[in-house]
Amino acid sequence: MEKFGFSLSKARVINYDANDRGIVRYIIEREPSLKLCIECGCCTATCTTGNFTDFSLREIHILLKRGENEQVREKIRKCMLCGKCILVCPRGVNTRNVISVAKQAFRKTEGYEL
Amino acid sequence: MVWRDYQKEIADDHFFYVRSCIRQSFFPGSEQFFLHLMRDVLGKDVYENPSHTTCTGIGYHADVVPFSTIQTVIARHYALMKEAGYKNIAISCVTSFGIYTEILETWKHFPEELEKTREYLYKATGREFDVPENVVHTSDLVYKFRDQIAAAAKYPLINKQTGEPLRVVEHIGCHYAKIFPKYGVGGAEFPQVLSGMIESWGGQVIDYPERRHCCGFGFRQYLVQANRGYSLSNTVKKFSSMKAYKPDLVLTNCPGCTMFMDKWQYTIKEMEGTTFGDNGESIPVLTYEELAALVMGYNPWDIGLQIHMVQSEPLLRKMGIEFDPSDKFRTKDGRQMPIPKNLINS
Amino acid sequence: MGRHVVVIGGGTAGMEAAGRLAREGVSVTLVEKGNELGGHLRDWYHLFPNRRSSDEVLEYLRGLVSHQNILLMKGRKVTGFSRKGDEFAVSVENGETINADAVLLATGFDLFRSERKEEYGYGIYDNVISSADLEAMFRKNELKLVNGNKPERIGFLHCVGSRDEKAGNIYCSKLCCVTAVKQAIEVRKVLPSCKVFCFYMDMRMGGALYEELYKEAQEKYSVSFIRGKVSEVAVNIQNRLVAKVEDTLVGRPLKMELDILVLMAGMEMSEDGIRLADEAKLKRGENRFFQPADHHFGTNMGNIKGVFYAGTCTAPLNITETISHARGAVMEIVNYLNQEK
Repeated sequence: MEKFGFSLSKARVINYDANDRGIVRYIIEREPSLKLCIECGCCTATCTTGNFTDFSLREIHILLKRGENEQVREKIRKCMLCGKCILVCPRGVNTRNVISVAKQAFRKTEGYEL
Repeated sequence: MVWRDYQKEIADDHFFYVRSCIRQSFFPGSEQFFLHLMRDVLGKDVYENPSHTTCTGIGYHADVVPFSTIQTVIARHYALMKEAGYKNIAISCVTSFGIYTEILETWKHFPEELEKTREYLYKATGREFDVPENVVHTSDLVYKFRDQIAAAAKYPLINKQTGEPLRVVEHIGCHYAKIFPKYGVGGAEFPQVLSGMIESWGGQVIDYPERRHCCGFGFRQYLVQANRGYSLSNTVKKFSSMKAYKPDLVLTNCPGCTMFMDKWQYTIKEMEGTTFGDNGESIPVLTYEELAALVMGYNPWDIGLQIHMVQSEPLLRKMGIEFDPSDKFRTKDGRQMPIPKNLINS
Repeated sequence: MGRHVVVIGGGTAGMEAAGRLAREGVSVTLVEKGNELGGHLRDWYHLFPNRRSSDEVLEYLRGLVSHQNILLMKGRKVTGFSRKGDEFAVSVENGETINADAVLLATGFDLFRSERKEEYGYGIYDNVISSADLEAMFRKNELKLVNGNKPERIGFLHCVGSRDEKAGNIYCSKLCCVTAVKQAIEVRKVLPSCKVFCFYMDMRMGGALYEELYKEAQEKYSVSFIRGKVSEVAVNIQNRLVAKVEDTLVGRPLKMELDILVLMAGMEMSEDGIRLADEAKLKRGENRFFQPADHHFGTNMGNIKGVFYAGTCTAPLNITETISHARGAVMEIVNYLNQEK
């Protein structure tokens, strides 16, 4: 690498077909309301954590659906499970339970510590 | 087919020819063969004025040449053309082609720019110019005369060992038709200019997912060393996408694309040991003139294929072209030139 | 004034208007360029929002036009018309001229020709189809790939030829979103194992029961929605389509393999409508549809007295709206015939 003074850039593309969506399947089986999210961002706007960190429940929902699990695994640790997001969701997604079940799913896979 | 809607008018004869900055250094046989083909084989009138200059496109895209300057440089070329009595311009570089078409469109939509340019050129040089009647890229001309080349083919694009058509990746320079689709044969998404040649000469065009992606060249990316990774990454993206199709060669119509698709294969091989051709080889990258010359039976060393970074021997063997390896680095009068080390594919 | 009206166009709007005019005692000549009445409706399978068969609506319209006051002229194009005094002379192919006291234009729309968005490869890649092609597949009960295989993943691309300056149409065709949702549900009903994705810029579910249908598609049929417009389509070595899109809500590009991509073709002013407008000097808006005399209370009238409009020759409309619009035209025409002279 040093030889030329520059290096390859990592692709930013979400490679849908290469990703594993086992985690989101696990969640939807137990909390099917996740399917109803329309990505309005109301949950993120009201989120206790989201106002001080880059935690976005809306983004987490999408990342899970795309199988971008590694990012989610770290991010969901920040949620304080206060539940304000459930109150504001216009589609009735049980957002807090999505986080709880996601933690469960990750716990079942290797390497996750609470 | 869709691209029937995008056919351009390509004049038949009498061209004012303008050169590329880099073609003569990296694949000198291309230009030589183009002029030979047009003048000696097809009997066309192609005029070249030794006092024409760079179009300054690289400087323009790197923000060091202002728009008014580049317009005046182009206007000077039109003035040389007018003085020599020509109305059709043949441009051999895709960057230049993009510049010429961009400026023509500017003059159409902003006539005051045309008037300003007339004034600048007259004050600076005392010259006057006309807007050309027909603007073509040199690949348009080879496309136009492709069937005449096919009729004279000694080595069609057929794998002699298998009898199958050669698998050819075509790559069109972005500034050929992505800026103004109407100036390209076949439009921007599926340009026909190179695929038409490949089909006419017996080959098979490969349609792979990143076919329409940029070669990675980009002006800012390679001018700053630390940014070259972006350029390389795009080239690697293209080659990774075409690899599964086992292409026998890459055919390009832009000097920048030819250079980068050729040389970055060397770079990525050095950096990561990655190659994209069959059997661990790299994929030869040829210009349309070089390919036309091979098809017509010219000696590969006479058209300068040894100057490329990726050597073309695997392709020559597939096409059944006879060549003498010992002539490869020998001058016309028989003197031996130094032989480069670690030649790829050789 | 006499009471004879020429209705140009035998689709939903023309049939509804002709039938209603006839019931008001008006004598009608209904001219249709094709050999059959029904227009685009004949090509559709089920209609949103309740997925009833389009044949039921066709049946209703056919019942409406079988009336003694209606003279049907099928397989004939109107070539132009002109006003002489209070009367119109409507010229039909083969040199015939029909006199009329009023003319109703119900010339409808043309579906956007998807090959014009060449980056999607319609007409180049076998399994890139239009929303109309999919309706035809449903009608034939043949939802399969060109090679006969069952599709495992289908994408719907919204806004093909709509909201797109490059396509020359900045307007929203407004029915394609709900059509995609309806078709996505139909796919899941026919092939429950097939995964379905909708690529949208905005979900414009403004009609009655549309949002409910959208929610049903998510909840009951597990249709996935990705916000982003596909930029280009190619095929890979397995001959599977590869779509490039930005997942705009993540802010990253995404690529996905698909077996079929359905292009949700928008609605454009029909070429025949444009020809007639130029011929008769009828004003058209920037969207190329007939320009109404007033956007709130004059959408059935234009710039020539005695010429009326009904249906999608004025703007993209759904079946419900088209029928209402046609009834509005009938009222305007009857008033005109009663008051004038």
